[in-house]
Amino acid sequence: METESIVIRHARIIDPSRQLDRVGDILLGNGEIVAAGRLGLDRIPEGARVIDGTGLVVAPGFIDLHCHLREPGFEYKETIAAGAKAAAKGGFTTLCAMPNTDPPIDNAAMVEFIHQKARKESAVRILPIGCVTKGRKGHELSEMEELATAGVAAFSDDGDPVYDANLMKLALTYSSDLGLVISNHCQERSLSCNGVMAEGPVATHLGLDGIPAAAEEAMIARDIALAEATGGRLHVAHLSTVGSVPLVREAKDRGLLVTAEVCPHHLTVTDQWVLGAKGAASVAAGGLAYDTSTKVYPPLRAQSDVEALIVGLADGVIDCIATDHAPHDLTSKQVTYQEAAFGISVLETALGSMLQLVHSSKLSMAAMIDRLTVGPANVLGEKYADLASLQPGTPADIVIFDPDQEWTVDTSEFASKGKNTPLEGTTLKGRVVATIVAGNLVYEGPGLKIQEARGRT
Amino acid sequence: MSRSRTIDTPDIEGSSASEPASRKHVLDLDDFSQEEISAVLDSARSMKEVLGRDIKKVPALRGKVVVTLFYEASTRTRISFEEAGKVLSADVINMSSSGSSAEKGESLLNTGLTIQAMGVDTIVIRHPHSGAPYLLAQQLDKVSIINAGDGLHAHPTQALLDLYTVRDKLGSLEGCKIVIVGDVLHSRVARSDIWGFAKMGAKVVLSGPNTLMPPDLIRSNNNIARSAFASLVEVDTNLDRAIEGADVVMALRLQQERQHAGFLPSLREYIRRWQVTDERMARANPGAMVMHPGPMNEGIEISNSIAHGGSSVIEEQVTNGVAIRMALLYKVTIGPAQQL
Repeated sequence: METESIVIRHARIIDPSRQLDRVGDILLGNGEIVAAGRLGLDRIPEGARVIDGTGLVVAPGFIDLHCHLREPGFEYKETIAAGAKAAAKGGFTTLCAMPNTDPPIDNAAMVEFIHQKARKESAVRILPIGCVTKGRKGHELSEMEELATAGVAAFSDDGDPVYDANLMKLALTYSSDLGLVISNHCQERSLSCNGVMAEGPVATHLGLDGIPAAAEEAMIARDIALAEATGGRLHVAHLSTVGSVPLVREAKDRGLLVTAEVCPHHLTVTDQWVLGAKGAASVAAGGLAYDTSTKVYPPLRAQSDVEALIVGLADGVIDCIATDHAPHDLTSKQVTYQEAAFGISVLETALGSMLQLVHSSKLSMAAMIDRLTVGPANVLGEKYADLASLQPGTPADIVIFDPDQEWTVDTSEFASKGKNTPLEGTTLKGRVVATIVAGNLVYEGPGLKIQEARGRT
Repeated sequence: MSRSRTIDTPDIEGSSASEPASRKHVLDLDDFSQEEISAVLDSARSMKEVLGRDIKKVPALRGKVVVTLFYEASTRTRISFEEAGKVLSADVINMSSSGSSAEKGESLLNTGLTIQAMGVDTIVIRHPHSGAPYLLAQQLDKVSIINAGDGLHAHPTQALLDLYTVRDKLGSLEGCKIVIVGDVLHSRVARSDIWGFAKMGAKVVLSGPNTLMPPDLIRSNNNIARSAFASLVEVDTNLDRAIEGADVVMALRLQQERQHAGFLPSLREYIRRWQVTDERMARANPGAMVMHPGPMNEGIEISNSIAHGGSSVIEEQVTNGVAIRMALLYKVTIGPAQQL
């Protein structure tokens, strides 16, 4: 399909795939990047839409390695259509959809279903992830080659780990000729038990069962040993503990094919937030305690964990930021903390959360964008590299954002069906102004300035 | 996402006002000041006087409706709330999860909204999940909530009756030493008692197996951030040492399932190390009292002779529980207590 030409002028163009960070113009046409740099007026085609990018950042569209679109089976929590709109609002142009649907995505027909739905209802790219085991039951390997041929971008039983160590070893071995990672949700069940939040002072105070950090670290250590034994490609989903970072660092130092992701909430929110006061320090729990919007797996942890994860992300030990967008219906959260579903709706707040780290100088703007684009593309593999670049000739998947625009999170305005976020009512600094997928403007947000199409002269 | 968040969150910490703030809910003692606790104990004293009359009835809560909503088995807490309400002339309606719409799968929130819609003034709730009373307090805007025990979290009315019982005996809680023995990890009574006794100036020492202590209170564990409790208590797994100089020893109920879950090697070893016995009580201060929140496993956490011996105040705890619950029902339903 031929798309109109769009030119974005006077923007700060950041393209981590080429270490580019400069003010300039970028021209899109036929769904691709045509040119980036300082463009003379004569280079702008007649009829092109002109976006004033003054004060805005233009970057490759964000790639989310880890989100839950809930369809099929849980359409009351989220749909591909709603999740895709939320993604576009959040600046994401590619979503990897986890297969813990009902039925799960463990065969080629299910992959085709997701592709069909996405073609009809999604303005962003949807890459299905296939199950590691049949039915996500953890007993037998799924038909991984068939899934790969059908187009899955990775394998995962997310929501559950592959509990059985030998099966995980076999999965890494079997899939090692398929070129796709196995993303494992690392949680040693015999340690996490009935835990609902991080083990620690808040759990003690509130009388909630704690999940020890060792539940995550023990399984990461196991999986790294298995990756070493097999030469398989391991991707560690959603790191959350201070102790997980050196495990990954050391595995990479040894040259293993190990990558890792971290979620925005684990970089910006602590277990203090379970007390319901948005992290404010308090001796008493207060009436707002047991805020179920903070219940997530892995759990929100201590400030020391947050600091270590930020350092790990900044220095590249953690390859990428993934949202683990986990939308839920209201009823699943308007219950006791113990009964509440795990998960946070993240797609629409991810950028604002991540920019907190940029504004506080803990992470450079270029590194943040790298971890949202090149980082996840590298995990997926070479064939996805073009989605994370502004190089002329690559697909015109672009985000335009205003790093300084302040806004208050109001879940009633979410495109996602999941309104479950502890950030409700908080102010974030930095907001998506427009999202472009394959040259099409799929989201126009507050602050977007489109000039009259350039007429014939 | 919340329907209403108009809950009272009085800033009690650091408040030096002698007149306690009005209070809509009783959720835990962590947001009570020393002054407010003292006022409740004083009010309970006049309530206890009412309980000693020939005709145990005053019209204080006439025309008010109290629902006790119990999702867990209970004898003393439920009956004492019912008695407290009735002595004060409230209409008390008891609801338990069995035989109610909860059995048909109605959610706690919807049950709460239903009860509120009937014009009830106060809900007394016990629930196996920590924080259940907070859910109701956050979502219901017209009723007061009193926590009668939630999961592992809190049992503030039990803690207040414990404070009352000790103050009644010793005259003051300031400087007294209380040793709480047993399964602190799973004990809502211990959590609320720690807040209460510490706020009143008592020295709180915990003793029990490390596997039944919250991880941040285990002395040898330096890899975990300390909770608010850590600054309020001392922990000594050696009960013989911990009990020295104690004015109060409180044995916690040991659920026998804990052994099967691996927390304990055997009941035999638990009894040997942590049962409250005559020999151990001999190390405490002369006249030290023994408490138990009930129900007891006699012969496990407490010896038979101690449970029924001269140092036991376990039955007084039960009597005082009615007075405390009268004081709290009055406080949340009407306001600060006056002479009845």
